[in-house]
Amino acid sequence: MSEEIVLMKGNEAIAHAAIRYGVDGYFGYPITPQSEIIETLMEVAPWKTTGMVVLQAESEVAAINMVYGGAACGKYAMTSSSSPGISLKQEGISYMAGAELPALIVNVQRGGPGLGTIQPSQADYFQTVKGGGHGDYKLITLAPNSVQEMADFVGLAFELAFKYRNPAMILTDGVIGQMMEKVKLPAWQQRRSEQEIREQCPWATLGKTADRKPNIITSLELDSAAMEKNNERFQAKYRVVEATEVRYEEIKCDDADYLLVAFGSAARICQKTIDLARKEGIKVGLVRPITLWPFPTEVLYAYGGRVKGMLTVELNAGQMVEDVRLAVNGQIPVAHYGRLGGIVPTPEGVLAALKEKVVH
Amino acid sequence: MDKNQIIRPENLVHAKPELMNNNHMHYCPGCSHGVVHKLVAEVIKELGLQEKTIGIAPVGCAVFAYNYIDIDWQEAAHGRAPALATAVKRLLPDKMVFTYQGDGDLAAIGTAETIHAANRGEDIAIIFINNGIYGMTGGQMAPTTLKNMKTSTSPEGRNTQTMGNPLKILDLLALLDGVCLATRVSVHSAAAVKKTKRMIRLAFENSLAGKGTSIVEVVSTCNAGWKMTPAAANDWMVENMFPVYPIGDLKNI
Repeated sequence: MSEEIVLMKGNEAIAHAAIRYGVDGYFGYPITPQSEIIETLMEVAPWKTTGMVVLQAESEVAAINMVYGGAACGKYAMTSSSSPGISLKQEGISYMAGAELPALIVNVQRGGPGLGTIQPSQADYFQTVKGGGHGDYKLITLAPNSVQEMADFVGLAFELAFKYRNPAMILTDGVIGQMMEKVKLPAWQQRRSEQEIREQCPWATLGKTADRKPNIITSLELDSAAMEKNNERFQAKYRVVEATEVRYEEIKCDDADYLLVAFGSAARICQKTIDLARKEGIKVGLVRPITLWPFPTEVLYAYGGRVKGMLTVELNAGQMVEDVRLAVNGQIPVAHYGRLGGIVPTPEGVLAALKEKVVH
Repeated sequence: MDKNQIIRPENLVHAKPELMNNNHMHYCPGCSHGVVHKLVAEVIKELGLQEKTIGIAPVGCAVFAYNYIDIDWQEAAHGRAPALATAVKRLLPDKMVFTYQGDGDLAAIGTAETIHAANRGEDIAIIFINNGIYGMTGGQMAPTTLKNMKTSTSPEGRNTQTMGNPLKILDLLALLDGVCLATRVSVHSAAAVKKTKRMIRLAFENSLAGKGTSIVEVVSTCNAGWKMTPAAANDWMVENMFPVYPIGDLKNI
């Protein structure tokens, strides 16, 4: 049988991948530029086939709390939104981190602050990887750079979320969400039965059976000594994630004198810049973090000892650049180039910035 | 009559519900929560629903409800219990799903979640404790605080010109097509307790039967927050709360 390759938007790929992966529930509220996710789900109507629940909530706040309720039952529960809506979800994300609940949140970023613009942006990097909600927690963060990765990362996000009992985010933007590309959708997977969930998630609130104590999903612990222990357990888990789950891509780095560091749509633009630079005899490579947390610190530190300088390219005023500088630890100069407010950099603009800020 | 005669099984007039454990209760003596917890535990047991029930606890005095009744529980963020319950019931349609919420949780910060869950007719039961005050945080004004009632954030009494009016949210909920039961009860007398137990049972049966959203508002006392003895709090409730929040069914279909 020939491979099933279709042409679709990144947002649509998320929806189709979720149905095929066996997701149990999607809960969302419309917001541009990601409304195609819930629209696609409503059109495909998976409740008639796989039994997946799709619900338009009254707000982003309600939607993330529905995800909490579903995740607490051990179900594959997800939501999606764009930057202003993701801000509203931060309360629920913090509670899920505190209650150690696995779930998927998709952020198809747009320019801020405030209502901002509906055009693409990467300005929620800090919000996503540095906290967002209250308390010491981490969000597993995947940054797709293609429609194919939009589809593939739905399954990967759930896999990692359930492996570590932690919420996971696909952090993408209006470029990847709206653009159309070829995509091979993931294989169909049966939704898990209640019995399978009981076996895989012994913590899930599916109704207390006689053979176990009540399952209680909560982030509350008033005893400070016990709460410190909870936090230490979370931190130990985060260290394991950092040691185990770093993902990144290296493009033309072997002979590079200079490195571009970019994720998502910015990384796609940088691939073109590499070609332009090499035509001019400037040997440039690209490191693309795929996981933004855990961040590829070690590989960037190693490149810090090999190349002459780095330029981070972001659709923001300079956010990931701070993590790149921490990773490189002063070995070489690290500069930033970004466009703001929904403007997407051009490959030529990136090359000009590289020459001006890094190549001397 | 010696002790051994007294404790004979046939002399038993009251027993701790089987589903209630021995954890030390944090509720103040005289508070209505303890009675309502007991009724919830009894009804779940009597309906044989221990393995089919998921409870959603609120933020407020009942935040630790999950410590006392041995069923599966989820602890919600403040006001969000109906959103959690929506997902749980949709994903596990054969379960009995209920929330247990206070007036601040249900009628202030969670108003949107409450009204929209009810408007969708989610097949959940909502046990709503209305004592007109924020007990857990030390006696601040609630959306249901009565006119001129003194609290720590309305020390001269609730001024309805500047602080709003007592919110009769059950009246709002009863208007919604998704609601099958909207009833006001209390637990200040033996007869009232019996009635309340019947309504909790009906709400749980409605959840199982998929009839829509059931709300049982228990007009309650907070003797500690009201700064009264339990007996005086009961009298004050009858005299002052019942005229604003009249006991009885607003909707029962």
